[in-house]
Amino acid sequence: MAENVVTVDDDVGDSSRRKFLLGATVAMGAVGAAFVVTPFVASWKPSERARAMGAPAELDITKIEPGQMTTVTWRKQPIYIVHRTPEMVSALSKNDARLKDPKSEDSEQPDYTKNEMRSRKAEFLVLIGTCTHLGCLPKSRFEAGVPELGADWPGGFFCPCHGSRFDLAGRVFQGSPASVNLRIPPYEFRDERTLVIGLDGQQQKSGAA
Amino acid sequence: MATIVQPPGSPAAKGGKLRAWVNKRLPVDEFIDDQLTGYYAPKNFNIWYYFGSLALFVLVMQLLTGIFLTMFYKVGEATAFDSVEFIMREVEWGWLIRYLHSTGASAFFIVVYLHMFRALLYGSYKAPRELLWLLGMGVYLALMAEAFMGYVLPWGNMSFWGAQVIVNLFGTIPAIGPGLVEWIRGDYGIADATLNRFFSLHVVGIPLALLLLVVLHLVALRRTGSNNPDGVEIKERLGANGKPVDGIPFHPYYTIKDVVGVGVFLVLFCIVVFFVPTLGGLFLEGPNFEPANPLSTPEHIAPVWYFTPYYAILRAVPDQRMGALLMFLAVAVFLFIPWLDRSPIKSMRYRGWLSRLGLAMFVVSFLVLMFLGLQPAEGLYVLLARIFTVLYFAYFFVVLPFFPKFENVRPVPERLTYHAH
Amino acid sequence: MRTNRAAGMRKTIATLVAVMALSPALYAAEEAAEGKAEGHSSEANWKSWHAENEVTNLGSLQRGARNFTNYCSGCHSLKYVRYSRMATDLGISSDLLEKYLLPAGAKPADYALSSMPTADAEAWFGKAPPDLSLIARSRGPDYLYQFLNTFYADPTKQTGANNLRLEGTAMPHVLSDLEGLKRAVFKSEESKGEDGKVVTKKVFDHFEVVAPGKLSHEEYTAFVRDIVNFLDYTGEPSQVARRSLGVWVVLFLLVFTWLAWLLKKEYWKDVH
Repeated sequence: MAENVVTVDDDVGDSSRRKFLLGATVAMGAVGAAFVVTPFVASWKPSERARAMGAPAELDITKIEPGQMTTVTWRKQPIYIVHRTPEMVSALSKNDARLKDPKSEDSEQPDYTKNEMRSRKAEFLVLIGTCTHLGCLPKSRFEAGVPELGADWPGGFFCPCHGSRFDLAGRVFQGSPASVNLRIPPYEFRDERTLVIGLDGQQQKSGAA
Repeated sequence: MATIVQPPGSPAAKGGKLRAWVNKRLPVDEFIDDQLTGYYAPKNFNIWYYFGSLALFVLVMQLLTGIFLTMFYKVGEATAFDSVEFIMREVEWGWLIRYLHSTGASAFFIVVYLHMFRALLYGSYKAPRELLWLLGMGVYLALMAEAFMGYVLPWGNMSFWGAQVIVNLFGTIPAIGPGLVEWIRGDYGIADATLNRFFSLHVVGIPLALLLLVVLHLVALRRTGSNNPDGVEIKERLGANGKPVDGIPFHPYYTIKDVVGVGVFLVLFCIVVFFVPTLGGLFLEGPNFEPANPLSTPEHIAPVWYFTPYYAILRAVPDQRMGALLMFLAVAVFLFIPWLDRSPIKSMRYRGWLSRLGLAMFVVSFLVLMFLGLQPAEGLYVLLARIFTVLYFAYFFVVLPFFPKFENVRPVPERLTYHAH
Repeated sequence: MRTNRAAGMRKTIATLVAVMALSPALYAAEEAAEGKAEGHSSEANWKSWHAENEVTNLGSLQRGARNFTNYCSGCHSLKYVRYSRMATDLGISSDLLEKYLLPAGAKPADYALSSMPTADAEAWFGKAPPDLSLIARSRGPDYLYQFLNTFYADPTKQTGANNLRLEGTAMPHVLSDLEGLKRAVFKSEESKGEDGKVVTKKVFDHFEVVAPGKLSHEEYTAFVRDIVNFLDYTGEPSQVARRSLGVWVVLFLLVFTWLAWLLKKEYWKDVH
């Protein structure tokens, strides 16, 4: 017998019920799938260990000579701490005309560094030592008029990868491939000797930050 | 009145330039036609026919959760245990991924055992499906190796001692035994070398073999077509469209039905994952929450429940070598079922009550041995293990070859029996 | 004031000395003993005592954290537990954390390690005190509850104490100032051995209080329950979240399966 086992009723009601049920099941399945994907994607976020190791870094600033810079690591990033001389600080305003963003309107920095010196204390500059172009580590070139940078070089940072230049407040010069000033991390001075990077009194003291 | 349901979106329906471009270069529509909408399966599949697709579902889930666990697990005897606790506590949702994987391992065996039982029930291993059965046995063996090695990876105390006991079993093989054991271990005892190679095999080696075997298993299935609860070959009756008269297109009928199966499975599975992930020590054993300690054996060393029937058989024999041999035989004997079974009738529905009794006795023996393997080998349990070991083997060597001669069978129908549901 | 581990250590040693000083008196008492149970008729069934702790009870967990810090952390580490995580999960503010639970020199994100050097521990006790992060998972809360409730004075032991749950334990009865001292009264039981010979065993019958502690019996068992509850939490910090999420997941799946089943029935109408 050549009959076929499967038949279809041509009832429109059935067909629309079928479509509705299919749609509802697929929709709920899609929601379920989104819920399933979420834990797997979330598992890639920095673990509690990573957050804990990103805990604040401390250093003794009395060890840094005037005109010198030291580097520490915080959250896997290099942090530059520069002990600026009074001359360095007073020379900062002279650069304004040559900078892309002299007032740091577009740069990533905490509120308390929104000033001419871009720091809490004039003599200490704290920067994230990562070029805002493509991420290389800018080199310190604090001496004014260094030959390879030209006679009018006021002193600052020079990134060897693509030639971006920053002044002694980390502000980017015109003509650089980088478009924004060097970033500043949260920091505070616990006392006369100790600089703490990663804390600025605006976060909880305890718990992984 | 007789029109075949044309599933929406079938190749003959919409066109589309992109679709045509792809199909010229890759047989996508052809594949859908052959394997899904054009593949006709018997219409009378019952509850026992969910477990194949469920096994595939669990395989995919284990691969996915396993891949993510490997992103955080640190192999090595100094780091493995700590890294599992790291996953449980400090990786976001790590505890869920871990429990999905550990519960999935047990779920895999529940599903596979029920899947194999279906074959015993309906004679799905009989000609022309012998190779399908053997490939399935290959999947089962690979799965056992995978599960055994996986359990070692957390490097808990049961991981260590379970590995110690099972690897030592290979030492019972005459002549080559002791050397073989040292070769497997890569050291003079279960050690870092053993852990590392088990890790590689568990994450890469055996999954690749498993995938290959599963693909071959599916290809063999498509070749012969599925069996069914009546044991009637539907390919012998074709309709005007060249398709079996008693068959229905796999898509949409069985794709949709299998989604329901997956739903029910997930409800039960998630109840375990979220409420009783250790299942009282059956799925995650208490001693394994202590780090491996070569100087301290757990009070009761028992393998995970899915191995315990064979473990009971091992311990039933007083002689270590004979026990090991009998245990290996208990697994290997499954390979010969297609040729041990002398009944011309496939399905239990039409065999006599003797065969049904025999199968029931086998199932009971398997379950009782599973229970016994979890208990300490003392007192009454020893005697029971011996009795049920005999009954276990009796299925293969007495029931299957000889019972068919003596029983009255029912006439096998020519067409499938189907009740609308 | 931050917890001072050295003080905890001194406390332990002081307890040990006190117990050992009392032991001659205990010996005498034991010789004179004809046990009379003081209304603790269920003591012989100590193996069926249940912890009955509730990990959802934050107050209990907080007390347990405090108890553990004061009495256990001197010797036992919780090497998988961060103070900060514990504070968040238990609803302890960072101030209270620093004041009562954080040892000197530790940062909140640190793991809760004990300061006892392993080599010294092995020398003093014969066995290093194990890490307790996972003890509730490997032994179970009931075991821990029974362990902390069945210490008894035993002059024959180096620590002056023994334990019914873990015979010959190397751990001294560090909670004795709270529970007081009690001794175990055994009775002889005869049974037939496998070869038909009569075998006499000493079986535990009941406890007798020798000296009361700072806490009453009810207060002490609650104290212990809180510690066990805390250890249940440290074994698996995510368990409460796991169970509450599970309700939603299963409900969702039930609805989905029902929908899929309706869909299946709809399509299968075609099949005859």
